[in-house]
Order: sequence, then structure tokens, then C-alpha cells
Amino acid sequence: MKRILTLGLVLLALALPAQARMKIQQITSPGGVKAWLVEEHSIPFTSLEIRFRGGTSLDRPGKRGAVYMMAGLLEEGAGDMDAQAFQRARDALAASLGFDANADAVTISARFLSENRDRAVDLLRLAINKPRFDDRAIKRVRAQILSIIAQDRKSPRAIANRAFDKLAFGPDHPYGSSGTGTEQSVRALSRADVVQAWKDALARDRLVVAAVGDITPEQLGLILDRLFDGLPATGRRMPPRAKLVLTPGVTVIDYPSPQSVAVFGEAGIRRDDPDFFAAYVMNRIFGAGGFTSRLTREVREKRGLTYGVYTWLAHYSLADMLQGSVSSSNDRIAEALKVIRDQWRKMATGKVSQDELDAAKKYLTGAYPLRFDGNTRIASILAGMQLDGMPASYIDTRNDRINAVTLKDVERVAKRLMKPDNLRIVVVGQPVGLKSTD
Amino acid sequence: MRQLILFLAVAVLLPLQALAEGNVTTFTLKNGMQAVVIEDHRAPVVTHMVWYKVGSADEAPGKSGIAHLLEHLMFKGTERFGPGKFSAIVAANGGSENAFTYFDYTAYFQRVAADRLGLMMDMEADRMRGLILSENDVRTERDVVLEERNTRTDNSPDALFSEQRRAAQFLNSHYGIPVIGWRQEVARLTRKDALAFYHRYYAPNNAVLVVAGDVDPAEVRKVAEKYYGPIPANPDLEPRDRPTEPPQLAERRVMFADARVARPYVIRTYLAPERNAGDQKEAAALTMLAELLGGSGLNSVLGQKLQLQQKIALNTSAFYDGVSLDKTMFGLFVVPAPGVSLKDAEKAMDAAVADFLKKGVNKDELARIKTQVRAAQIYARDSLQGMARRYGEALTSGLTVRDVQEWPSILESVTPDDILAAARKVLDRRHAVTGWLMRDRSEAGQ
Repeated sequence: MKRILTLGLVLLALALPAQARMKIQQITSPGGVKAWLVEEHSIPFTSLEIRFRGGTSLDRPGKRGAVYMMAGLLEEGAGDMDAQAFQRARDALAASLGFDANADAVTISARFLSENRDRAVDLLRLAINKPRFDDRAIKRVRAQILSIIAQDRKSPRAIANRAFDKLAFGPDHPYGSSGTGTEQSVRALSRADVVQAWKDALARDRLVVAAVGDITPEQLGLILDRLFDGLPATGRRMPPRAKLVLTPGVTVIDYPSPQSVAVFGEAGIRRDDPDFFAAYVMNRIFGAGGFTSRLTREVREKRGLTYGVYTWLAHYSLADMLQGSVSSSNDRIAEALKVIRDQWRKMATGKVSQDELDAAKKYLTGAYPLRFDGNTRIASILAGMQLDGMPASYIDTRNDRINAVTLKDVERVAKRLMKPDNLRIVVVGQPVGLKSTD
Repeated sequence: MRQLILFLAVAVLLPLQALAEGNVTTFTLKNGMQAVVIEDHRAPVVTHMVWYKVGSADEAPGKSGIAHLLEHLMFKGTERFGPGKFSAIVAANGGSENAFTYFDYTAYFQRVAADRLGLMMDMEADRMRGLILSENDVRTERDVVLEERNTRTDNSPDALFSEQRRAAQFLNSHYGIPVIGWRQEVARLTRKDALAFYHRYYAPNNAVLVVAGDVDPAEVRKVAEKYYGPIPANPDLEPRDRPTEPPQLAERRVMFADARVARPYVIRTYLAPERNAGDQKEAAALTMLAELLGGSGLNSVLGQKLQLQQKIALNTSAFYDGVSLDKTMFGLFVVPAPGVSLKDAEKAMDAAVADFLKKGVNKDELARIKTQVRAAQIYARDSLQGMARRYGEALTSGLTVRDVQEWPSILESVTPDDILAAARKVLDRRHAVTGWLMRDRSEAGQ
């Protein structure tokens, strides 16, 4: 599969189907919790995707990693069950309950059989409302997180992403550092910090829910009230929009490995910008188009310089960027980056052929309904849409808006977005012929 | 795209998933091409796959990586669909496509709107026999593959370690050679090598068609007959008699040190029997054994003992993948907690296994695992691509459709005695490779 290795915390642009057969119902529970639902009764199970906006960006000062650790502890005991008892109960129901946190949300992914629905919901309700945060579990999960941090410090890709984020958002915004925390911050977290993170991050004013499967609106409504009625009405206030402080230049980080990993980027475009769809089409032509993109053709197909080169429009809740990545042997990475920069410059002229535009539109509009297969996949997309503030009706107009993009639109947005002289490139490895510029 | 599947040794494979059979139809074309159709009408989408019964373990000595390089080259074009056309047409139809190579198979697939199935078959059938390659295509793509090897293997101490352990595990079977190939051999592969491999193995009587999605099986058969039907079988196709593994008589150890290692660990793999057509009982017992020993986090034998009670491990798991043409591996994996040596972690792992063999199977835990086996059959129906893949893997690894469909009930019928018998037979260090992944050699002395 096309390996798009994004920053773990980026929510990629979603697109929605034109002629999908599914119908999205927007429901409100008796207790006032809202959710999107697609009924699909042909398989006796339900996928439930829950998001709490804010995620690791809600960490308090000096407590980096608290929300991430809290999310990891939600399956480690709740109510009168310790970690082992909780996981035994989950397995006995053959339910899957996944808890995680990224820069924009705490995510909960649940899947349960219809015959076990009530018992699975009871278990999830306990995990959300009555987590124990036992000292023993904290100790165990802390050690696991420290191991993840140690691994990230030895992974060229993670090193590159961390360095790029810091250059892009600075040390003061949460986006500028890893939500996993540092060795120092994670070691210092106490149980009280974890409890505080739970109160800060899991509140009803930031809740998003999508359900797909063998469940009716009435059944879902009752479940929603049971799942969230014990949570506080409001959580910690969201951080401000992130200011992009990225400067042009090259950063080389020495790391002994045969292949250099590069990430690069510059300012992006907001999803509600009038030219967003033009930018989306342009990026398909430029770097997101699999085997048909200009970058893949020039860097991989013609010159064999890499296994993968991509660009993407990154949309965080509080920032937007145009980013890319490539990996090449230490002795070839300079050439790969030169080709990318040349292509960036060429794209900046805004010149795109009618064939390129047509091919991009055909792909984007044709691929759109194909995303909606599988309950879990659909639920996850619907949750992402809500998190990004998109209305369900977006589905009906999205392809029309892609089709409306003209050569002129692409030219205008390319001239506005593609600034080859603004690029910041971070290279991790031992690249030949590349030096840091600052 | 043109991607190689590497099952990381540390990943816990969950081969519990199985299939409902009501929506599966099979047929065979006159030229010997097998077909499996999986119906699902929830969304107007179809996955179209062609699997060849040839993988890296079928390669000739000195030509490692040729199966995978050819997979890349299959996108270079034919007379009818020139360079880049295949991908462009798939994209213009809103489709996504990919390909992958493993020890026992090479597969190509597209996911498109259901009404474009005929077009996909037309193109896939065309490149089964019509591939055109230039010297330049091969040279450039070889560089791409070497970069792929950098990305996947040479930049990753875990992957290098895994490669070394496999080489130690298999003395004779080509499972000991990496799918992507040894660097020095990949660098010397030629256009001639690629075409020879292609002509020898790419034929309908060596292929399996899998179609999953919003389709009517009778219609699929008609379209398949139209596009794949006219391709002549390769009469010279030989049976897959590959080098086989002799019995292992002595324990082997691999001590691998790399400064880039962040997380040292112990991993042990035992030579183990695979699933065979009509004979899957022992493999089913091993599948359950892996679940009991290291499947579900804290409730598995290793999780309970090493993580919860003794607190000497950060993570533990056990893994076994029975879908394999030849002998496979059963594995145990322990990441020691900070301050715990690899030696002590290995000792604790062995003690936990010995204790399990003495005390036997926890019946409650087995019952929970069987509940999950039943549930997995329901959840599996949600992912059409996953279902398609399961049939493709099975049919290119010596199993039949019937074996795939019987698998869940065989898993259900496994008894504690079956599990213990399989465990006693397989978990013998004389048939194993034990590996230590270290930051530096000094950790070996601890």
C-alpha cells in the first residue's frame, strides 16, 4: 500500500461519497448527547467511534504526556475491576475497546457484538467514567511509554518529525513537541496529574460520536446517555490557534544509518478557504497522486532515487501545512531533494495541463464513494468529519466542488501556496553534500 | 505500491479470523485458473486480486529478490497498455491498486467501483503474458528496490536482526532468505532474470483469482472466462518441489548488536508444522497455544507471570502463523523491564513456559479465546479486503477453500490435551533459534 507516513497527529483531509447507499442520521439522545449514525443490520455488530477534542494539546504546563498516559490507562482497570479483571471481562465479551490520544483528540474505538451490546457498553461506561488509575498500572504504563520515547529517539523518521514540528510551531505551542512527553516529564507525572488530565480531556462539551452497525437510533440514544452521563460538562479550555514560525532553510541531524530520511514543508491552507478544493486537486497532481504524481514520476520512476516520495495537505485542528517526505541513500538524498525543489518551483508557476487536471478530478471523484466500505471504516470517517467541523451535507456537494475546479483555480492557488524559497527541509542521516543552513 | 509484506516477528498475528461460507463461490477455468468470489452488497465496491503461486522461496540460488523485483516491473506496461497506463487507468476510474510479494506468493490487486471489474480483468489478464521490459526499466527499478531495502531493512536494526534469525532458522528452505533479497544479489539482477522468472511462473494454471464485493458470482464467471479464459496454460509448469528443511538437532543462538537499538529484547522461534490441506489440527492447537501463552496482553501466561507478577517485562507476546507452504515458526517474545538483563528475561520466559507445561491449560482462558474465535468470524465480514486476502494466502500456500472454511470449527474443537501435546512437541529448544537484540555486545555478558 502506498506508505504515507504522516505525522502521527495529523488528520488528513477527508472526502466523502457521492452515491454511497448509506444514510447518515443525526441523532440527539434524551440526555442531549449528539451522534451520527448509519444503520447497517446485515452483520450483527456495531462500531462506535468516540472523540474528545483537544487531546494531548490539553496537557497542563510542565505535565507533557499526561493526557497520553491517561488514555493508555483507561483499559487498565475501572470500577471494582483491576487491569486484569477488566481485560478478562472485555475478552469474555469478545469486544474490542481501543483508547489513544493524538494532538487533537482522545480517541476511543469500540466494537461489540449485538448479543453482548449492553454488557460491552457497561464496560466501556466504567472505563470512561470510573477509571481507577491504580498505582501499579501507572507504573507499568509509564515504563511502556518511556520505552516508546526511547524508541522514537532512535528512529530517523521520528527524529525528523519531532525536529520539524519544533521548527514549525516553536517550543510554546503543544504542536511543537510530542504529546507522548519527554523522559523527564513522563517520569515526573503523578497519579494526581493523570486524574487532572482525565477531568481536563474527557468532558461533554468536546464530545464527538459516530456509530455504524446493527443498532437503531433509539438504542444508540440510550447508550449515549449511559456512556457519558458521569462526565463533567466542561473541560480545560483549548489552546489558541498555532502560529507557524517555520523559517526557510535546511536542518541536517547526524544519524548513523545508510539512508537519509527527509521531511519538508511550508505554510498550508485552511479547509474552509475558498481555494481549498483547488489546492486539494493541485496536491493530487503534484505529490499525492500515487504513481501518477509529478514527484513520483520524477524522483522514483525516472531516476530510481527513492521508494516513496509524497506531499500532503496537513490539517490539524489549530494549524494547516503543506508537507512532504522522501527517503534516499545518503549519497543520493541531495539529488532527490534537488529534483523535488525543481518540481516545487515548476508547480509554483501554476502551469498544469488539462489532462493532468482531468485525471486528478476523475480519480478524486471516483475514489470518493469507495472509501465507505466497512462499518469500522465508515464510523471512523464520520467521527473525523465531525471533529473537523464538517456538516453531513458536505457529502452531497463534495464531488461537485472538485469538479468545479478550473485550470485557472489551480494556477491561482499554486502561485499562492507553492513557495520553493520558503521550504524548510529536515534531513536525518549522514547525507553527502548537504549542510545545515542555520 | 509494489510493496513487500514483511511480517515483523514481533507482531502478534491473529490467525483466529475465519470465514462465513454462505457468500463464497468457487470455480476453475478450463486453463486451470482457480477463482473465488466473495459476495457483499453493502457498498458498490469490488476488490479484484490475482495471486500467483510463486514467491521468494521459489527463487533459484543466487537470484534472491527476483520475485519481488518482477512484482515492481509488472507495472512497466504491455503493448496494449504502455508505460504508466495501467496505473493511470486505475486512477482515472477512482481505483486504488497495489501488489505484494511474500515467501509463497505474489499478488496484484485493485479496488474499484463494482461496474469497472471487467476493465480491471482486461488489464490484469493482458499483463499476465504481455509484459514488455526495457533495460532501462530494470536498472531504474532495481535502484528503487535497493532504496526500498534501505527503508525497510538497512535503516532498521529490528529488521536486520529478523533477517539474521531467519537465516539461522532455515538451513535449507529458502524461507531463510529475505523476500526482498540480499543486497549484493538484488544489485546484480537483470532484465533476463526477470523475464525468465515471468515466463516460467506467470500463467493461468499458476494463478488464483479472488473477487470480493458487490458482484454476482455468475456474472464474475462470465467476465473471467472472457478475459482470463483465452490465456493458454503453461504446459511446462513444474510442481513446487522446493528445498525442504532438515530436522533441527541443535539449538542456535543469534546475538545481534546495533548502536541504533532503543529497546533490547529476547525472541525465540521454534521450527513448527504449518497448516496442511485436510490436516490442520496440530496447527489449530498451535494457534490456540500462541493465544494462551502470549495473545491477550495481561491475561496470557507470559503477560501474567512476567509483566504482572514478576514485573520483569515491559511487553510479551507469542506468535504463530500456520498459513505457509512449508515448515513455519512458533515464536515467543519478551522485552525486559529496565535493569533486567536479557539473560534473566530469557530465564523467566523459559520458566513460565515450563510451568505452563506442568500445570496445563487454564480452561476459563481457553473458553474466552474460543468466544473470540466465534466473534472473529462475525467481525471478519466487515473487511472485504481482509477476506479476499485470507483466501488468496491460503490457496497459494497449499490449502483449499474447504480448509479455510473448516478452520473455525477446527479451532473450536481443540482440546487442552491437543494444546499440551503440540506444545510439548514444538517447544523444544533443540528446534529453536534464540535471539538477543542488543545495543552493544557487552549486554551479552550480563
